Amino acid sequence: MSAVRKPNPLLVVGKYAALAFYLIFALFPLYWLLKIGLTPDALIFSEGTRLFPSEVTFSNFKTVIFQTDFVAYFRNSLVVSLGAAFFTTLFAAGAGYAFSRFVFAGKRIIIALMLITQMFPLLMIIAPIYKIVADLGLLNSLTSLIVVYTAFNIPFATFLMQSFFDGIPKDLEDAAMMDGCTRFQALRKVVFPLTLPGLGATLGFVFTAAWSELLFALMLISKNDAMTFPVGLLTFVSKFSVDWGQMMAAGVLALIPSCLFFIFIQRYLVQGLTSGAVKG
Amino acid sequence: MEGKTVISRIQKTVRPGETRARRSLYLQYMVEPFFYLSPAILLIGAVIMVPLIIGISYSFQSIELLKPFASGWIGFENYVDLWRDRKFWIAMENTLFWTFWSITFQFLLGLGLAMLLNTQFFGKKLFQALVFLPWAVPTFLSALTWAWLFNPVIGPLPHWLAALGILSEPYNILGDPKLAMWGPITANIWFGVPFFAITLLAALQSIPDELYEAAEVDGATPWQTFTKITLPFLAPMIAITVMLRTIWIANFADLIYVMTGGGPANSTQILSTYIFTTAFRKLDFGYASTIAVALLLILLIYAVILLWLRKKLVKI
Repeated sequence: MSAVRKPNPLLVVGKYAALAFYLIFALFPLYWLLKIGLTPDALIFSEGTRLFPSEVTFSNFKTVIFQTDFVAYFRNSLVVSLGAAFFTTLFAAGAGYAFSRFVFAGKRIIIALMLITQMFPLLMIIAPIYKIVADLGLLNSLTSLIVVYTAFNIPFATFLMQSFFDGIPKDLEDAAMMDGCTRFQALRKVVFPLTLPGLGATLGFVFTAAWSELLFALMLISKNDAMTFPVGLLTFVSKFSVDWGQMMAAGVLALIPSCLFFIFIQRYLVQGLTSGAVKG
Repeated sequence: MEGKTVISRIQKTVRPGETRARRSLYLQYMVEPFFYLSPAILLIGAVIMVPLIIGISYSFQSIELLKPFASGWIGFENYVDLWRDRKFWIAMENTLFWTFWSITFQFLLGLGLAMLLNTQFFGKKLFQALVFLPWAVPTFLSALTWAWLFNPVIGPLPHWLAALGILSEPYNILGDPKLAMWGPITANIWFGVPFFAITLLAALQSIPDELYEAAEVDGATPWQTFTKITLPFLAPMIAITVMLRTIWIANFADLIYVMTGGGPANSTQILSTYIFTTAFRKLDFGYASTIAVALLLILLIYAVILLWLRKKLVKI
């Protein structure tokens, strides 16, 4: 920003070396995933440690899409993740708005309770949740996963939304309400457009979290046609002789939605946390 | 503070003594916020708080789904078993090792990345999107990928490590009880660096530029700038992030569960994987909940100590 001082050439070299290190560290495993997915079955082991495969094929991808249950897993995951992301964002926006704009009885207690949910092992409730869901007859239903993920993600999403609301001057709504808007009109016409980045960040955050959740899904889902893809792929490993090429191809496909979402939201995440940091 | 502005605003718009004022004050304090809050509170209560209490009560019961007739209240029996359970103490030690090294490397590398991202360079936007990617990778998939990378038949890492002289020969460290834990730790570092970088970058960006400009005018060295401006400003954020992340990592079972399943010979069994395997494989919910309560108590003690230290050390 204020680079008036002449940069030391050693420092510059060091900086670009560090950048290269981070880039390789972040991307190499992903490259390996892709490499194995693209390697023909016959060469997977013989060329196991080569950096580049001598031959490239899309047959693993074709098999995964057309001959396995992957598409069903993918659809289930999409339903669960979108559902959880939508409801979490909706409820967290409400809660974040209340925290940001109102002083009310019990506010501190409610915030403390939400913080506590971030501090204890969620695995602690895996047994009770299994029993409750089983007693309700909701095992193997995507609804139960949506409800569980929504609740798990609400606290963090609420704090995130609150910091976005805190960044929007209250005067804007007040002015709109003075001009005769009801609070809902003020919310819809003034606040909502300004919160779009925040809503997007929260949606993306929850989507990514729900997309990769494994242990609760493993516990609550055992029927093949209701499996989300982490569970589906894992049973893939244990049930059949493992076809690594197909697995990795499936993995690459599964990466696409969460990575797309994430690339889109990461800027807003930094932004949301920044306004939170300013506040203290 | 906020309360005063609310009241003064109401007083501005409505003349004092008018009944509407009191009712809208009441609405504003007691009804309207809860209208926005209630879905969140209800869900958290029903899905997290109630099961939490039930979970604690499980630890005083015998609840094994495979032995439905042996269930009932058994007092502290589970806890006595836990105290005598060698696997529990091994898992406790492993939890410390796993958490400590994961958080240390995640934090240091995350801080480095955040500071790099706080400078200007060519292609920064693309770089930022790419280095943050590991966080978006589903954890079980990272686990599988890293398990591959550590496998000498199909992965390059053992060969590289052997070439560097770290390993005597290229073998799979995930099968070596002495080294196995470093496999999941590496995967965890890879996965967790972006989170630290994002939060610390956010904190860095909130440091006023004027401070750096003033330091430059005064001829401060980069190291002085770092220790006198950057670190003190980051300290509160670091304290809270490290605390939350430590707790999160101590609870984080996915990577280990997929990469090693707690083996070989329990050398990578941490408390959270022990909870999960006890609940999921043995369906022994009573004992699983007992381990969970123990983990909860350990984390509570840790959080209290850290918050106390923060109060003592950080004067902001």
